[in-house]
Amino acid sequence: MARITAGVGCSHVPAIGVAMDTKITDQPYWKPVFDGFEFSRKWMKENKPDVIFLVYNDHCTAFDASCIPTFALGAAAEFQPADEGWGPRPVPVVKNHQKLASHIAQSLILDEFDMTIMNEMEVDHGLTVPLSVMFGEVSPEDEWPCLVIPLAVNVVQYPAPTGNRCYQLGKAVRRAIESYPVDLNVMVFGTGGMSHQLQYKRAGLINREWDQRFLDLLTEDPVFASQIPHVEYLREAGSEGVEMVMWHVMRGALDDEVKEVHRHYHVPASNTAVGHIILENVAA
Amino acid sequence: MPEKDYEDIPGTFVFDADRSREGYHLNQFCISLRLQKNRDEFNADEEKYLDKYPMTAEQRDAVLKRDWNRLLALGGNIYYTSKLAANDGINFQNLAGLMTGMGVEKYREMMLHGGRPIDGNRYKTEWGDED
Repeated sequence: MARITAGVGCSHVPAIGVAMDTKITDQPYWKPVFDGFEFSRKWMKENKPDVIFLVYNDHCTAFDASCIPTFALGAAAEFQPADEGWGPRPVPVVKNHQKLASHIAQSLILDEFDMTIMNEMEVDHGLTVPLSVMFGEVSPEDEWPCLVIPLAVNVVQYPAPTGNRCYQLGKAVRRAIESYPVDLNVMVFGTGGMSHQLQYKRAGLINREWDQRFLDLLTEDPVFASQIPHVEYLREAGSEGVEMVMWHVMRGALDDEVKEVHRHYHVPASNTAVGHIILENVAA
Repeated sequence: MPEKDYEDIPGTFVFDADRSREGYHLNQFCISLRLQKNRDEFNADEEKYLDKYPMTAEQRDAVLKRDWNRLLALGGNIYYTSKLAANDGINFQNLAGLMTGMGVEKYREMMLHGGRPIDGNRYKTEWGDED
């Protein structure tokens, strides 16, 4: 049977992708950001997943304002990196585990999560930057080291799904994956955040204490964390900090008790606090 | 309508259903600039290109003047307006420098020193007359 072995929480700041693509990661501004992923890249090699179920948000790239699905599951065979207005990122096409994805879609809907199914979709930095930071540079001619099932969550138009809904969805994702009759090592990524506000006069907001508390709660008391109301994210972590609801999908897919094997936090990357955590299912 | 519990956050537009409705054509214009062929067409003749989008006169004026904060006030969302900024060669951080009125250098300095602190920036009452 397929099994979920670990979860990864990770910011997906576009400028991090640009720094890798333009090979400036050794500059003093960027070095501390990337140093925190050195452990993670080794860990990924040692724990090589077959599939990553990657929860992210589209930043008005694949989805315009005409259609705003709350949860959109990628079921296409592959996903091209999108042109977001400055050319597509020079990274490989993202390949799906299409059979597992369609199994998950069917399972989730019968489990009463009414998913949108995407049979064609481009993916933006929200999906490719986490792959880049966790795997390191991969040239467009090569392949990503594993297959990826994308789950795009609306966090652009208020309201995003609640933390609780995301946490419960994570549990349903786990039920779906564990009922797939092929032995696969699956990891779940929750991406976005941490505190940041990109717009208007309060842009630049960072709340280090709140972010650290969020990471603590995510590891130790995920149910409590899943109850944080939207207005608290907006006020305390900035209008774009509400992306962190996506981390609850990842946490919901893991055991109640997990082992935190790595944590990294750094300010700033562009406008944003970079947060990263690796949680292992102890029983796995 | 129930009161919106997020309307007392200073210096912030929460892009909710009401704003999305108001900003629809403006945002659809902005996202069209994701593609090079549309950027070429817009840059060749902005007025003509904007004729394709039935936005309000005020929104249209704010686009032409690149009045970034007014674009948000009129229903624009940052992930959309940033496409217009990208067309102009302005990245997210430099756009923030413009929207905050701090300027690019001062804003970048603030971020290097840990960002804008949360204390004093939670409630509109803390900002006095400014929103």
